[in-house]
Amino acid sequence: MKNMNRRGFLGTSAFATALAASGLPVIAQNGGDLTIAYNVPVQSWDPTTGPAAVNPVLQSIYLAIFDRFVGQNPDLSFDAGLLTDWGFSEDKSQIHMTVRDGVTWQNGDPLTPDDIVWSLTRAAQAETGNPMQFVWSKIGNFRTEGQTITADVIEFEPALFKWMAFLTAFVLPKDYYESVGSEGFEKAPIGSGPYMVDTFEPGAYVRLKAYDGYWGAAPEFSTVTIKFVTDATSRVAEVESGNADITTNMPYEDYDRLIAKDGLSGQAVPITDIGMIFLNDVGPMLDKNVRLAAHHAIDKELIIDRLLKGYGVPLSTLEVPGYAAFDDSITVPYDPERAKALLAESGYSTDNPVKFTIQTTKGFKPKDYEMVQAIVGLWRRVGIEAEIEVYEIAKHYELRATDQLAPAAFYNWGNSIGDPSTSTGFSMFGPSPHAVWDTPDLVEKIGPLFVEADEEKRIQGYKDVSRYIAEEGYVIPLLQYVMPIVYRSDLNVTAYTSGDLLPQAVTSV
Amino acid sequence: MFLRTVLSRLLTTLVTLFGVAVVVFVLVRVAPGNPIAMMLPPGASEDDIAQLTALYGFDKSLVEQFFIWIGGVVQGDFGTSITLRQPVSDLVLARLPATLELSFFALLIAVAIGGVAAVIGARRRGSPTEAAVDLTSGAVLSIPDFLWGLLFVLLFGVLWPVLSISGRLDPRLEFDFLTNFVALEGLLRGRFDVAGSAFSHMLMPALSLALPLAALIAQLLKQNLKEVLIQDYTTLSRVRGFSETQVILRDAMRNAALPTLTLVGVQFTFLIGGTVIVERLFAYGGLGNMAIDAVINRDLPLIQGIVLLFAALFVAINMLVDLSYTLLNPRLRHG
Repeated sequence: MKNMNRRGFLGTSAFATALAASGLPVIAQNGGDLTIAYNVPVQSWDPTTGPAAVNPVLQSIYLAIFDRFVGQNPDLSFDAGLLTDWGFSEDKSQIHMTVRDGVTWQNGDPLTPDDIVWSLTRAAQAETGNPMQFVWSKIGNFRTEGQTITADVIEFEPALFKWMAFLTAFVLPKDYYESVGSEGFEKAPIGSGPYMVDTFEPGAYVRLKAYDGYWGAAPEFSTVTIKFVTDATSRVAEVESGNADITTNMPYEDYDRLIAKDGLSGQAVPITDIGMIFLNDVGPMLDKNVRLAAHHAIDKELIIDRLLKGYGVPLSTLEVPGYAAFDDSITVPYDPERAKALLAESGYSTDNPVKFTIQTTKGFKPKDYEMVQAIVGLWRRVGIEAEIEVYEIAKHYELRATDQLAPAAFYNWGNSIGDPSTSTGFSMFGPSPHAVWDTPDLVEKIGPLFVEADEEKRIQGYKDVSRYIAEEGYVIPLLQYVMPIVYRSDLNVTAYTSGDLLPQAVTSV
Repeated sequence: MFLRTVLSRLLTTLVTLFGVAVVVFVLVRVAPGNPIAMMLPPGASEDDIAQLTALYGFDKSLVEQFFIWIGGVVQGDFGTSITLRQPVSDLVLARLPATLELSFFALLIAVAIGGVAAVIGARRRGSPTEAAVDLTSGAVLSIPDFLWGLLFVLLFGVLWPVLSISGRLDPRLEFDFLTNFVALEGLLRGRFDVAGSAFSHMLMPALSLALPLAALIAQLLKQNLKEVLIQDYTTLSRVRGFSETQVILRDAMRNAALPTLTLVGVQFTFLIGGTVIVERLFAYGGLGNMAIDAVINRDLPLIQGIVLLFAALFVAINMLVDLSYTLLNPRLRHG
């Protein structure tokens, strides 16, 4: 220090002061500011194309900026969105939609039925890269009269309007998009939602500003910063240090610890994401006794209590409470004695166990590997010897699409519109690239339901299929996941069963 | 002679990069995980799968795909990211400054800490101070960078929250950047609030990356200094009345630093490799963080672009180290 001159000292002091001042923890709420530490970064600002469009976790951010055709309430029920009325004609050959009046884009232009038609037409074109093109291409030949749009049904899709509140169902501004192109839209996206993008630092954060011309209720916070903090430990530190007001998807142990602290509150919300074990129709799984024994041998309550700290809802079917085809009378109880008896019928016992491989991810979902370890332990007690094979989620998708999964494979399945076609339907219908069990009996039972026009009959049909699947043991549903959200105690957060965490649904106490 | 060395190294570099391009292209395709399978909707038919496969060019043979890709690379077109839907070259070049800034800041910290520790250890050789330097550097070296990161998050992010945990900059700062070197540009344009925020965000990840390298530098430089300090010319300096510290800094350091320079060059490439995990931990918007997302999403063009850029960086750094070693060492320069 004795060699430091006055200028050097002043320079160093100024720099040190700036460093220290900028390093002070940000007081997250500052007259209408809200900071959220979020677990997934925005990859693309086009919510209708590419892999980002079908990433369920990104939907929360998209929903802050864009509107869907049809809205959805926290309890999964549907509500008016940009469409205020919709439906099929009596003979299901046409659809009609009424577009909300008085909606403007975030550049001030009015939203018109042309925007709706353009968005639906664009979504149906394979070359745009919309992964849900197969849904949107089932309607066409649009006609507009005033705020009403009619279109022809090319192929009847009973859940069409539910899809309008689901992945890729966002309305984009026709004129603006066509004038700036896809690259221009990525750089300066505009929607009709409650917030508009102010600044975006890829991989770091997005800063949103409330859109004054929003057609719905004005959001309470004028500025929202969503930091992309993918590491759970860092997200916990963000909210614990006061650098963020809200965070989500942290380990349950941290959730319990955080909500016990002064100034923090939390909600653990059962969401539309389930843990399950796919069974493949190969090897030992062709034996019904083995399949049913594998299911009866699993103590789901115990797994939830011990591994997930009680945060989970045990399931017997692929439908969860709140889904249209949920039927609580279908149960597959934990019954190790029955499991042993079933295995004995097929000549298996603890001394002569049935052997197969179970695949699982490790760290993709909370305690996934640990759950499979516990299940393998429970199986061993009844006469099932399973070898665990760990793989990455990308490998799972590849094996599933090519029907090469092991006899058992742990996976999670999301269905935020609660329609049975997007849970039991596509996961158990053999020809679907996502199905694993491919026997003709299920194809015959599920196939007609995809085009069943009578809604009551369709839902009852799925309940019957769920019962049949449980009786035959074609899949092992495990649990409904619970999403932990931690936030400052002076905030109110409306939790969505779909798993969305919407900044516009956050208010002050 | 020097020019010939440079040309020879450049040629080797090109061959190396081509080799890396081939290996990386083949590896990402034989590795488990198909990007198309990851984006299939529930009701996708065989036709839908075929359309998506064709849309991203995966319907062509591996050889065809390689030549299309390498042909583009030669012209500066690294393809388009599947997930981010933007040109890979734009994406990686936009993130590169963040990683470079972090890496060089970490290198500066490592050299500063390691250098000071080495001088103190050499100055107090044979005393308990030297033993303390050895012990500390050994302990620091045994802890990997990401664990240091977790420790810093706990210490300076939660228990004594004086440093920013995530990102590169306070989102509230308004500043139109001309480059993505936010700290450097903030300093050069006199926006000390921006530079301060950038350094405050970089400090924890940079320290995490720097500490293991600092320990290595401390150990090696101290050992080299001790060897030089028993040479005749340093004894002569002492006889001429220079203090031990002056002898170290004026006479011993120049010769002792040469072997350390090689180590720093090699270790710097490892340090850049370490940014992958550390950037993730601190949600720092650099190449490493993007690389992890690219791998998770099986974004093949982006993985290829990032790996190729990392490879180019490694090769360039090694070449620079070799050349600077040649320049600094008179025996090699005139040999």
